[in-house]
Amino acid sequence: MIPLQVVSLLLVAASGLSVVLIRDPRRQVVANGLYGLVLVVLFMVFQAPDVALSMLAVGAIAYPLVVLVAISRVRGETYDKDEERR
Amino acid sequence: MTRATRLAIFAVAGAGFAALLFWSLVDLPDFGHYHWPYGKLLNAVVVNERHTTNVVGATVFDYRGIDTLGEEFILFTAVLGVALLLRKEREDADAAGDDVRDDALRMLGLFTVAAVFVLGLWVAAFGYVTPGGGFQGGVVLAGAFLLVYLVGGFRSYRALAPDSVVDFAESAGAGAFAVLGFVGLAYESAYLRNFLGIGDTGTLYAGGSIPLLNWATAIEVCGAMLLLFSEFLEAYVTPVSRWRSR
Repeated sequence: MIPLQVVSLLLVAASGLSVVLIRDPRRQVVANGLYGLVLVVLFMVFQAPDVALSMLAVGAIAYPLVVLVAISRVRGETYDKDEERR
Repeated sequence: MTRATRLAIFAVAGAGFAALLFWSLVDLPDFGHYHWPYGKLLNAVVVNERHTTNVVGATVFDYRGIDTLGEEFILFTAVLGVALLLRKEREDADAAGDDVRDDALRMLGLFTVAAVFVLGLWVAAFGYVTPGGGFQGGVVLAGAFLLVYLVGGFRSYRALAPDSVVDFAESAGAGAFAVLGFVGLAYESAYLRNFLGIGDTGTLYAGGSIPLLNWATAIEVCGAMLLLFSEFLEAYVTPVSRWRSR
């Protein structure tokens, strides 16, 4: 295993851990984006450019949108309930 | 359940999981020592047999046969589920007051949307020549539409990607893939078997029926992503009170 591969594996482990340890969902979306980017680097280093492209497209475009909208909807609903209670 | 009970259950489950994981890792071959026949065979024969320089593309759209059909319908089914859950009557969405009025942002959109769209076409078109392919290209193409939402607002997005077109694109792409597979079955005795001349190595003419399947995938994936975006964005721009009352 070449050093670059070792480094990218460690980076994936570290950024994956950071996603789990961050507790605020909105911050997690950002951390997850970084995790996705590191995974792209990992796939490139391990000579799988097709997989890297898939990860790049899905991780940068589809996934954050779906998660962010879901979070805002959930928060919106709790906010609404608070309004009704007052 | 008390903390102690939960810890005890975790200890048992964790030990079991660790044992299974260790067991599965013990017999793995050493790093970089690949010795299974399919990968080596494909690497050796694909460029000669199909004239496509991206072996991954040829494997997925040709040699792997009916497995790829299942993969195609994973996304199709998932997005269908999203539409079934989220799609209600369309009435509020057109009233969404989120139009972007910032001229600089709209101007930026003029350049970025076009660039991303062309990038998507390129990634899809050259999928079987260089890294990329219908799936990746389709997602990037959908990303161009999402950019329209970001720099223009939901009404601009909806005008460019109306439900009727998006639904049709998703279904037609998936359907075309299935039908092209059956053409291979009818003419060449195996599902997804290549049924056209294989063309010139390293050009867009290479690969026989692979380009057709590649584009069918691109259209299906782009449609599926747009459908997903439509449902989620509509949920986002509709005021919460109205969303809940529906």
